[in-house]
Amino acid sequence: MDLALIPKGVQRCSLKVFLPWTLLWLAILTWGLLSAFLCFYKGLNQTNMNHHFAFGLWIVFDLSLIALGAGAFFTGFLIHFISKEELKAIVNAAVVIGFICYSAALAVLAVDIGQPLRFWFIFWHANIHSMLTEVSFCITAYVGVLTIEYLPLILSNRKLNEIREFNIFGDNLHHVMALFAAAGTFLSFFHQGSLGGLFGVLFGRPFAFREGFLIWPWTFFLFILSSVAAGPSFTLLCVWVAEKVTGKELVKRSVFNLLGKISGWLLSSYIILKILDTIRWAYGVVPQAGLSFMDFYRGPYGVWLLIAEIAIFGIIPAFILITPKLRGRNGLLIIGALMNITGIVLNRFVFTIQTLAIPVMPLEKFMSYLPSWQEWGIAAGAIGYGILLFSLTYRYLPLFPQEPELNPVKVFGRVIGDFGVVKRA
Amino acid sequence: MYDESDKTRNISWIRIYMLTNGKEFPETQVVYLPRPCMQCDNPPCVPVCPATATRKDPNTGIVSQTYTRCIGCRYCMAACPYHARDFNWFDPHFPRGMDRSLSPEVSLRTRGVVEKCAFCHHRLMRARAKAYREGRRDLKEDEYVPACVQACPVQAITFGDLNEPRHTVFELVKGPHVFRLLERLGTEPKVYYRSTKDWVRRMADNYLPGEFE
Repeated sequence: MDLALIPKGVQRCSLKVFLPWTLLWLAILTWGLLSAFLCFYKGLNQTNMNHHFAFGLWIVFDLSLIALGAGAFFTGFLIHFISKEELKAIVNAAVVIGFICYSAALAVLAVDIGQPLRFWFIFWHANIHSMLTEVSFCITAYVGVLTIEYLPLILSNRKLNEIREFNIFGDNLHHVMALFAAAGTFLSFFHQGSLGGLFGVLFGRPFAFREGFLIWPWTFFLFILSSVAAGPSFTLLCVWVAEKVTGKELVKRSVFNLLGKISGWLLSSYIILKILDTIRWAYGVVPQAGLSFMDFYRGPYGVWLLIAEIAIFGIIPAFILITPKLRGRNGLLIIGALMNITGIVLNRFVFTIQTLAIPVMPLEKFMSYLPSWQEWGIAAGAIGYGILLFSLTYRYLPLFPQEPELNPVKVFGRVIGDFGVVKRA
Repeated sequence: MYDESDKTRNISWIRIYMLTNGKEFPETQVVYLPRPCMQCDNPPCVPVCPATATRKDPNTGIVSQTYTRCIGCRYCMAACPYHARDFNWFDPHFPRGMDRSLSPEVSLRTRGVVEKCAFCHHRLMRARAKAYREGRRDLKEDEYVPACVQACPVQAITFGDLNEPRHTVFELVKGPHVFRLLERLGTEPKVYYRSTKDWVRRMADNYLPGEFE
């Protein structure tokens, strides 16, 4: 039924298979929309957040999404400025994943603020001293950049491309993409950093507070480095999952290997700096606040979190990904990438939740927090939206340039090249 | 359902902590420590607000909140180590008749915004207006006090201008046994406490072994 929309030279499953797949994610998205409606209609009392946990699951989710979506700008940066031409095979997917992550993060933030209709006050009454202002400005601008980067892909849809104006516009966009890659890189470096700065500047919260360089706390630089370490790994993982779901090889193994290698070396440098930062914090900020190291690791947020974040999900994946022999094995590469992003998500969790859970005043009691079903709903809904959009993009747009080459379409034993889709194989 | 007994979600501009020395009877001691907003001189909450909805008045030192500008991101709450800021998780609810007690001098807070103690700033405005009408520039010591100071039946709270030598607090804060909450974080609170009990002063901040003598 939708054959005319499917890109040339590739094969897609029938609508009978595709529709139930989309319905599944649509159902999850509906859960998210229902939760969002309840939060808008009844207020944030629908969550389990409180005065102690002013931030909850959504901020952890947002920070993680933005870190994982860093693959988009970083792939563009590597192609246009470091000349890693090989990554062109994955840049479309990286842009789509980035777009999904950032747009979902903005949507979740819109639910998270108590007065969503006042979101524009951040721009109108901007406080230039706030890291959150910088984050808001950069993320909003960057979603615009990602939309522009996504546009040529949308316009290359078979039917849209038949329209002459779209064809020319899409072509022209391709020529100026380096400019947007530069804009994306600039904006991303700042907002990834500011997300780290968001916590590093909290001098009333010794768990998060860090000294730094000029106005930027060390977390500013650590968040940039960790996001560019996690981004390529997440792109790799998403493509790998897409391969498993579609049963096809979509990208050459050498591209996977390169992504893993880049992630590995960045993760290694991040982990070294993270360890140094933790030691400096433990011997600087902690005693200055009159606290001991173990005061910060209490209840469910024990020291195991630090070990998990740095050793298990930091050093181990870094070792796997930088060792050519280990990285060369597909299974280990995927495990390494998965562990890498787990470590970075754990880092965002720790900075958000543990910062708030540790009472700074001795008069206060330790508290822990579990999200409500509405909070989970919003997070699940964002994932549902992401998978839906990615599935639609994969089905109707030429997402992977290497796909036709890696999966030649065969009709009665003959390869039909790229001049048409297969109606009956 | 709005539940005022849920102290993690209710609105309290001044919270009373009950502190005990943790000893068995007959050595048990109990004190009550009121915690309004500390009106920090170096407030951690002000620079973080993305919408400039909170600011420290350079003349009075009062940290105020513009409720109609707050977007409800709660970053200021994450920044404040004193838990002095409360978020309106629920729509405001005024039982029948209570709406008559609303003050026209204080703007209403809606659901989804952060609010806090502002040392009853409207009372300062009122006192200033009165002084202006009377052709005075300076306020008398008792002319402006927050509602909590006025309401306290045992006069446990003394209020005044810390920079004004004629005010009682000017000397009081220089006296012995005076302390502030979490002083070592560098927030420079303008709320001072006084207690002769070591264990109370010990609970006001974090100390490593051997630091608090």
